[in-house]
Amino acid sequence: MSSVPMTAQTAGKGAARAAARRSGGSTGFGAERRPRWLTYTILAVVVVVSIAPLYYTLLLGSSDQQTISKHVIPQWLPDASIFDRFSDVINSGSFNFTKALSNSIIISVVTAFSVVLFSTLAGFAFAKLRFKGRRGLLVFVIATTAVPTQLGVIPLWIIVTDLGWQNQIQAVIVPALVSAFGVFWMTQYLEAALPYELIEAARVDGASMIRTFWSIALPAARPAAAMLALFTFIQQWTNFFWPSIVLSQDNATLPVVVKLLQGSFHTDFSLVMAGVFLTTVPLIIVFILAGRQLVAGIMQGAVKG
Amino acid sequence: MTALTTAPTPPRVGPPEKRRRRVGFSQRLSRWDVKVSPYLYISPFFIIFAITGLFPLLYTGWVSLHKWTLIGGEAGYTGFDNFTAIFQQSEFWLSLRNTFMIFLLSSVPQVIIAIVLAAILNQNIRAKTFWRMGVLIPYIVAPVAVGLIFGQLFADQYGVINTALHAIGLPKIGWHSNTFASWSAIATMVNFRWIGYNTLIFLAAMQAVPTDLYEAAVIDGAGRMRQFFSITLPQIRATIIFVVITSTIGGLQIFDEPRTFDVYGTGGPSHQWETTTMYLWNLGWGPQQNLGRAAAVAWLLFVVIVIFALINYFVSSRISTSEARRGTSKQGRGRRSSTDRKGAVR
Repeated sequence: MSSVPMTAQTAGKGAARAAARRSGGSTGFGAERRPRWLTYTILAVVVVVSIAPLYYTLLLGSSDQQTISKHVIPQWLPDASIFDRFSDVINSGSFNFTKALSNSIIISVVTAFSVVLFSTLAGFAFAKLRFKGRRGLLVFVIATTAVPTQLGVIPLWIIVTDLGWQNQIQAVIVPALVSAFGVFWMTQYLEAALPYELIEAARVDGASMIRTFWSIALPAARPAAAMLALFTFIQQWTNFFWPSIVLSQDNATLPVVVKLLQGSFHTDFSLVMAGVFLTTVPLIIVFILAGRQLVAGIMQGAVKG
Repeated sequence: MTALTTAPTPPRVGPPEKRRRRVGFSQRLSRWDVKVSPYLYISPFFIIFAITGLFPLLYTGWVSLHKWTLIGGEAGYTGFDNFTAIFQQSEFWLSLRNTFMIFLLSSVPQVIIAIVLAAILNQNIRAKTFWRMGVLIPYIVAPVAVGLIFGQLFADQYGVINTALHAIGLPKIGWHSNTFASWSAIATMVNFRWIGYNTLIFLAAMQAVPTDLYEAAVIDGAGRMRQFFSITLPQIRATIIFVVITSTIGGLQIFDEPRTFDVYGTGGPSHQWETTTMYLWNLGWGPQQNLGRAAAVAWLLFVVIVIFALINYFVSSRISTSEARRGTSKQGRGRRSSTDRKGAVR
């Protein structure tokens, strides 16, 4: 420690601190000092801004049209009257809310499951198996993650009408069964997380390929698979463009209902906002339960992507 | 990463009598298994993607060359008539302009704010997970819902923002009548939903920057600003490119937010905020019911997006390779000087 003052004299301003940190054995650049109140103030403002629109929705939802038209902020705390609005929305004749809720659940769960299954299968093959054309096909997958497939809606619509799938949820499910991003994501993960030795051991013991996949690759892929499932679920839950084209008000999904709320209740905005909040509640629950995993998933994907 | 690998269940070794197998057949079977399995495993993705992703995209080109209506279906080849008709529509050019401006107003501030926020989060703060989750909250609100909520916040008469402006003595802004104001409002919605998400991506990239670079910079007397611009930004360049390209592809297809910005969903009385995807939707499923022309618009937008992505890619990869060359030499210099100094001090 006696060298600290000397370091301060011969080197730049922060060098003494850096040297002290080195000799102190602590690692990491940020460890030198705790940030001050300004940092926390900025972060607090950001979090408040992030929550405010949702909270405002809640406030408008627990008010009524007359109050809203007179006061921009009708009250500061939500109250129980929002539950009356909820039931008005659920029992509305302009759309079938419960049907939309169950459709959203079915679509999100089924696609999350199938994206994970097919992505893990393909990811296992791309990451750990040798076959002709592997590199080329993988490059193709990566390239397709950048293709705006949403722009194929017109032929998709033509196919769906030919099949008689209009206003049926399989029209939304089938195009979402696989994801190029998912394949890429699982390939990346399994490449790092699944040692060749394990696969070889299984093969030596006489396990078939599918057995190796099932009892070696799948368990190893579990953390990444859970995140992929989470993101697919959210993506489908918030998906609007294609469902709004093929589905109608009696067999919609929740985002389609949100758009319908706007048209059917435009004379009572508190109902619209209560409905908007109601459709967001399931994702709020998901966020409370799995927000940590979401954060981790985005950060891991970033390092690799 | 390897730490996350859950202990995989070791393969059970079968009973010895089972393992004594007929060598010829089972070996052939096993070789066949090795050869065919990979293709079997990747085929679900490729088959479903070919049918529901690739084919529709290519078939859009075919539809665009035909007279094709929503109810009547195909009604003959028309060559490039759909395209020439669209090029003569001012609505098409307006929609391109609106899309492009909303994209600019959303992606540029989005990337800048996200990088700054990431730098703030990249400090040794308390309750890290809490703040990280906090910035991610907007991500769980569906874009349609964001459109409705912000449509209310930006309401011309009784919106929160205009009321606040009025309260501090500023004139109210016609968010739904003024063209530029409507772009800004819609861009705000996009920013609201994606800044936190991109912040976390940048934060992850910043955490991957080797700490000795900063230590060397500190010893060389670089302040925090200098460290940010000379180390952090060049080091996360690849991630910036990634975010810019993904936000280009997504941003140019924007539909949900402008569609719910007002009750009618047609992009404003004089198409102020009608985006190209909305125009596509209007042509196909609006009053015109003209799928042929909608397909032409889809195809044109596709080409625009591909061109944009490629320009982005080439410009940024050129910058990043020249920067990487400079960066590595800088890094090398930094390392050397840091060890030199250490040697000198001791």
